[in-house]
Amino acid sequence: MSSPAMSSPSLPAAPHAALTEPKGVRVLLIATAIGFLALFLLLPLAVVFAEALSKGLGNYLATFAEPDAQAAIRLTLLVALISVPLNVVFGIAASWAIAKFDFRGRNLLITLIDLPFSVSPVVAGLIYVLIFGSQGVLGPFLQRHGIEIIFAVPGIVLATVFVTFPFVARELIPLMQDQGTTDEEAALTLGASPWRVFLTVTLPNIKWALLYGVLLCNARAMGEFGAVSVVSGRIRGLTNTMPLHVEILYNEYNYVAAFGIASLLALLALVTLAGKTFLEWRHADALAGRGAH
Amino acid sequence: MVAGFAPSDALAAPRGRAEAEPVAARTVRKPGSEVRVDGIVKTFSGDGPAALEGVSLAIAPGELLALLGPSGSGKTTLLRVIAGLEIPDAGRVFFGATDTTDVPVQRRGVGFVFQHYALFRHLTVFENIAYGLRSRERSRRPGEAEIRRRVGQLLDLVQLPTLASRYPGQLSGGQRQRVALARALAVEPSVLLLDEPFGALDAQVRKDLRRWLREIHRETGQTTVFVTHDQDEALELADRIAILNRGRIEQVGAPHEVQDDPASRFVMSFVGETARVAADIAGGQVWVDGRAALRAREDWPEGPVDLCLRPWHLTVGGDEAALLGTVREWRRTARGTVAEILLDGSDSPVEVKVTDVHRKGDRVALQASEARVFPRG
Amino acid sequence: MSGAAALGLPVRAASRRRFRRPSAMPGFRLTFGFAVAYLSLIVLIPLAVLLLRASALGPSGLWDLVTDSRNLAALKTSFGLSLAAAAIDAVFGLLIAWVLTRYTFPGRRLIDALVDLPFALPTAVAGICLATLYSGNGWLGAPLEALGLKVAYTPLGILVALVFVGLPFCVRTVQPLIAEIDRSSEEAAAILGASRARALATVILPPLIPAVLTGFALAFARAVGEYGSVIFVAGNLPYVSEIAPLLIVIKLEEFNYTGATAIAAVMLLMSFGALLAINLIQDFSRRRFGHV
Repeated sequence: MSSPAMSSPSLPAAPHAALTEPKGVRVLLIATAIGFLALFLLLPLAVVFAEALSKGLGNYLATFAEPDAQAAIRLTLLVALISVPLNVVFGIAASWAIAKFDFRGRNLLITLIDLPFSVSPVVAGLIYVLIFGSQGVLGPFLQRHGIEIIFAVPGIVLATVFVTFPFVARELIPLMQDQGTTDEEAALTLGASPWRVFLTVTLPNIKWALLYGVLLCNARAMGEFGAVSVVSGRIRGLTNTMPLHVEILYNEYNYVAAFGIASLLALLALVTLAGKTFLEWRHADALAGRGAH
Repeated sequence: MVAGFAPSDALAAPRGRAEAEPVAARTVRKPGSEVRVDGIVKTFSGDGPAALEGVSLAIAPGELLALLGPSGSGKTTLLRVIAGLEIPDAGRVFFGATDTTDVPVQRRGVGFVFQHYALFRHLTVFENIAYGLRSRERSRRPGEAEIRRRVGQLLDLVQLPTLASRYPGQLSGGQRQRVALARALAVEPSVLLLDEPFGALDAQVRKDLRRWLREIHRETGQTTVFVTHDQDEALELADRIAILNRGRIEQVGAPHEVQDDPASRFVMSFVGETARVAADIAGGQVWVDGRAALRAREDWPEGPVDLCLRPWHLTVGGDEAALLGTVREWRRTARGTVAEILLDGSDSPVEVKVTDVHRKGDRVALQASEARVFPRG
Repeated sequence: MSGAAALGLPVRAASRRRFRRPSAMPGFRLTFGFAVAYLSLIVLIPLAVLLLRASALGPSGLWDLVTDSRNLAALKTSFGLSLAAAAIDAVFGLLIAWVLTRYTFPGRRLIDALVDLPFALPTAVAGICLATLYSGNGWLGAPLEALGLKVAYTPLGILVALVFVGLPFCVRTVQPLIAEIDRSSEEAAAILGASRARALATVILPPLIPAVLTGFALAFARAVGEYGSVIFVAGNLPYVSEIAPLLIVIKLEEFNYTGATAIAAVMLLMSFGALLAINLIQDFSRRRFGHV
């Protein structure tokens, strides 16, 4: 006597119905999610390119021939080139100390490293004005010696370093904590010098997470607006970064040029996202908290 | 007990001993050095590793010594102190006549095999083994050809000559273990330290590697210390065993010594199944529940003691001075009949081989051919 | 404590409550020293200077500056709209995270990558895009205005910008937890006869709540301080659509450092509050659910 259920082809579906939502609900949820994302993320992104190309390709390309635009691009690259390596060195040093050693106040240090993320970019700019500005703590001293920090490149670098401060460290710390010290200990017992241990054992273990951090750090460094805006003084051709240049052009109703520069920044964002997604997909196990344990 | 070990069945791989021995002798034969630790104290705050509370131990040149103990006994901590991976709060470490306590791990010249091997995942097997040689300062670093030759010999020694270009992720657990050992041996260490060398392997591989480690040790003559929580492993492999408990060494001795002449109740129960009976010694007799159960040996102390017995030293029968017990269970097995007996004065039953048929609840008398007593505490 | 004293062995002085557990690993002094020095120079000392300057005003002076009606209006705008935006992000973030982890549909991976766009897109770019999109003749602005709804250059515009910048926080804090949900607890609920809706409400959602709250707090903290994406779309009318960070910039441009410092100090304290809240939530979650 064969049970009718045994021969019923619809049986396998039945128990699963209790473990997911009805099809209608699923479709509704997916549609809502996609609709929300399209409305809030995709449309704004599309606007950049639509506006930049609204007066034709020729006008779009002419944007980048402007000397002020080129100066802004150069300054943005320079600022990233200084601030990203600084934060890489810091990130590696901090995560080495935090992950490889056991000391009091370790968790406090981790919290403090994350602090810049919860400070408004405008406040980040302000704190340097309060120190280095003409009315600042060191203002008179700097003026006497003719050193310019605020409304000059050093101020822009400082503000950028502040807002991108945690990016590399926060990728490395959990990963290196996870990896522990065994590999390094193995290298030490084999007689390797500390520097060799770092270069040949630690660095290969963290390289993808490091790249991930650098990617995010760089995107923010090149795109930072609020903090840089406070310390820059917006001197065309001198202290204007790309985002600041976008603002100036936009306020002058030069939309094609504004969106032209913006399109470069948007491309940078897309490349960053692509790189990030690639790393998460291809090297998930080499990034902290994303690997299969 | 090293019984059952014969050179001929030692190697699973086709390569024979006659060929392997000279290879090993050429590569790594180096007079092992004596290792001595003296009064090692190591405490950890919070939930760190197990502490050490004043451990002293001397390991003879060329000896194969096991650090045996339950988890949390401090055996791994002691191994790491010898290696220089942990810095002791007090006490000294000597390699031969040299005080190495303050010598950093890089210059201590130890070979260390980690519990989970710690192979460098991004390097090939060849580069893993060559790592120590390449890490030497320029003046002592061998040339490329010499490195090639040395690594080749070590690969032969660990029977993995064809795997040089593989990555650790492509190896089985047993193969990784061998690579880890070759890597540790490459630097010609004065002492070889292994942390739970077989802990992460399955039973069959474990057995093979055990034999093979004994073999390698015989070939290299290296002073070797390995950590294990597995009594069989320690008894089968080691020349001598140091048994640790709660940060102290309970006993050091050859396998037969710790088994036949345990120095403490802990050692007795850790190296073999033990029945424990609460007893008192008075007037040359061992008293259990007010009955004289056993004649006391002259060197046994008077007063309350724990009478410890191996189940295989117990036989059912006799009546004058005997231990009494109650049969809890009786069954036939392939090797004979067994009774599960709860001895008077004991709180857990023991399995004893019997010849007669017994029923649950039967009272029986037992004779002990051997017994130990330890002051009760 | 240890047997060392009992044994009469010399114990190194360092073994009493020490700063660092001794270790064979090299490089602690160098890396720790550098990290702390760099952290102090870039972050801690500058922030301390701000707080010192603010405290030099005295409590009543600070109070007067902050409760100036324009400041108060700006702080209320920032605070209120940030709460609203974080709430919207929390709801839709949970929904999006659920859809992205539980369902398969074409383009899922692409959409998943897109969620991080607000992290990667410079805020100024986002700002001018939103302004163009929602302005009277924009793609969305035109139809909305036909319906009588004005978004750009109103508080609603600020809300849209704040929802934009906060969304990834709410998705990314919840997503890994949904992925790690033990399916067997759902199966158990089903076997015990719970309907799917009941299983969702009683078994699946409760452990996610701390993560949702963390995401909410992160989105809120980000929104309160947000500047770039807001100023283009806000209209920046005093008392109506002026946010606190903008007011700091305005005071600075008027060389009113004291006024800027006062507002900044209040904002800083608010973000510390959010940070503390996040830590408390995670602490609770770790104890209650064994994960963050």
